[in-house]
Amino acid sequence: MSADPFEPQAPGARTGHPGGDIGSEEVMGHGAMKTHFDEPSIDFSVDQTLLTDNTIVEMRSIAARYPEVRSALLPMLHLVQSVEGRITPAGIEACASILNLTPAEVSGVATFYTMYKRRPVGEYHVGVCTTALCAIMGGDEVYSALQDHLGIGNDETTDDGVITLEHLECNAACDYAPLMMVNWEFFDNTTPQSARDVVDALRAGVEVTSTRGARVCTWKQAERVLAGFPDGRADEGPTAGPASLLGLRIAREKGWSAPPPPKPDAESSNGEEHNA
Amino acid sequence: MTDLLTPVLTANWGDERAWKLVNYERVGGYNALRKALQIEPADVVGLVKDSGLRGRGGAGFPTGMKWSFIPQDNPKPKYLVVNADESEPGTCKDMPLMLASPHTLVEGVIISAYAIRAAYAFIYVRGEVLHVVRRLQQAVREAYSAGYAGRNVLGTGYDLEIVVHAGAGAYICGEETALLDSLEGRRGQPRLRPPFPAVAGLYASPTVINNVESIASVPAIVNGGAEWFSSMGTEKSKGMTIYSLSGHVNNPGQFEAPLGITLRQLLDVAGGIRDGHQLKFWTPGGSSTPMLTAEHLDIPLDYEGVASVKSMLGTKALQCFDETTSVVRTVLRWTEFYKHESCGKCTPCREGTWWLVQILKRMEEGRGQEGDIEKLLDLCDNILGRSFCALGDGATSPITSAIQFFPDEFEAAMHTPAWELFPYERSTIFVREPATAGAATVPTGAN
Repeated sequence: MSADPFEPQAPGARTGHPGGDIGSEEVMGHGAMKTHFDEPSIDFSVDQTLLTDNTIVEMRSIAARYPEVRSALLPMLHLVQSVEGRITPAGIEACASILNLTPAEVSGVATFYTMYKRRPVGEYHVGVCTTALCAIMGGDEVYSALQDHLGIGNDETTDDGVITLEHLECNAACDYAPLMMVNWEFFDNTTPQSARDVVDALRAGVEVTSTRGARVCTWKQAERVLAGFPDGRADEGPTAGPASLLGLRIAREKGWSAPPPPKPDAESSNGEEHNA
Repeated sequence: MTDLLTPVLTANWGDERAWKLVNYERVGGYNALRKALQIEPADVVGLVKDSGLRGRGGAGFPTGMKWSFIPQDNPKPKYLVVNADESEPGTCKDMPLMLASPHTLVEGVIISAYAIRAAYAFIYVRGEVLHVVRRLQQAVREAYSAGYAGRNVLGTGYDLEIVVHAGAGAYICGEETALLDSLEGRRGQPRLRPPFPAVAGLYASPTVINNVESIASVPAIVNGGAEWFSSMGTEKSKGMTIYSLSGHVNNPGQFEAPLGITLRQLLDVAGGIRDGHQLKFWTPGGSSTPMLTAEHLDIPLDYEGVASVKSMLGTKALQCFDETTSVVRTVLRWTEFYKHESCGKCTPCREGTWWLVQILKRMEEGRGQEGDIEKLLDLCDNILGRSFCALGDGATSPITSAIQFFPDEFEAAMHTPAWELFPYERSTIFVREPATAGAATVPTGAN
């Protein structure tokens, strides 16, 4: 099975899921299929690090948010990725030392979750949902179009280091299927062409805006927000997309509403309704 | 008789910058908090109990009853945890809620935490939704600045810390005990119950875990009263809820209606199955709920109605598939999801989903073997009820229900590939549109 498993006349070559499973390397054509269970472990031979004293201070500030410090581990690992571009041995050591855990305990957590990456991620992480509904609505076509267009396989990065491509499991936007995510921002109702346009723009350095979100930041910047350090972009983007508003719009058109509450706009001085 | 659609939680989603505190307050936001703080916590619990609110995250457990299980004589701190890990395939209601009106959730969090006397509340949101995380973080900051959270909430002496906690990619963390392990900084694997979280949850302390929509419904209940809330819905399924319509429909989207609406009614107002096609199968509440067919269009979409046809209301994620869709392909893809998301803790789920995928994969290719259907059912029988948590049970639902309704398609999988029986391009939304002829949607800024 060679480089073009997604030829339209031979859909069988896909054998189902771009997600595939162990041993499906030949199916993907572009490289080995990885899941979070069969990925290689963290490369502990890497000894360089971009973590600074300031990162350590920020890690401690994350720990201070929680009644018990170990709860800080997930956001701390997001912070590691925001600096290192992936999970590194130095990042694991730093988390372990702050939380008084062993590096093995931290690695055990880091390797459980799909968002933690063991290899360097590109500037932009592009994900295409290929769970059943999106896949059937066209997610498979979008995903294979991007593989062909970028010349990379799942969980691989373009040579220029700009795009890492990954197929995703359901990302909770099924009313906008097929769904693509760029650095975890929504790109709704994607087609093969719109997906190619987005990655072309990203590779050309053109600013791209999510359909229901902000101007797309870098993957590292996104990881920093997930670690709990806001980037000031919360006010960008719409309140809701058209599909989210459809029921509301129809209700307004038809004059439908919930029954009026017994005392509309009850003031704060009023507390007896709990006996209703 | 209530109207067919009853926007309450979704009512402000069309407002300009509805996510800002000032705009939420303009439509009465945080009045419910003021009201709740003037009554005893136990009475807030009683109010929610009386309303009949049941969990909107899938299981449908009465919310007020869950709260009343918190042993207030336990000296340990109490915790409120919001399950915002929305990941069940087809489910897409909580994300638009938090994106459009995060304060609805935050106000619900404060009232609910007050009711169970928690000093800490966590919103565990899946990590793969960056903008939702941003809006939540900002809403919580705004709530602190306005005195709704933090020390001495609105001068009442009640202290509450709220932490927005982003997950890192794991469907299993939507299972409440796995979520707790994850929130404690561990691999997200489910715990044995009992003890239940109400007794020994987060940090082995009494903990309430509720879905986003459940908690977001609380301010409306406080404002409107239990009687108002229960005037909507059916006998045992009270109130309004958000239904998510997706798939091969002309107009997918979110629809807030009283519990008990039917799929036929929803399709009628939404514009039906896509033109020229017919409904083949659908899920009432995500992929973990057994699929239904066109013969079930008129069952009431409430907890009892869906249970009466041996499925579950689940998350009210109505995924609709038309006659172009291969059920074998669909079920394979869902099964691959469960295999990928199985946490690996228990053998039936970890190994069983792996074997199910092997068999379904060769069936998709038309290389099914004699006895494969029986083998699938046997495997499902060994997973269902024998797994550590509901993920394993859920993995069997699409398979057993699909074999029940479409046995011929599984028989055909012995000799004919699914893509020959159901050419895959016919199922896509851009079936009439050559991929090169211009996209339906080019995101702004991409050109």
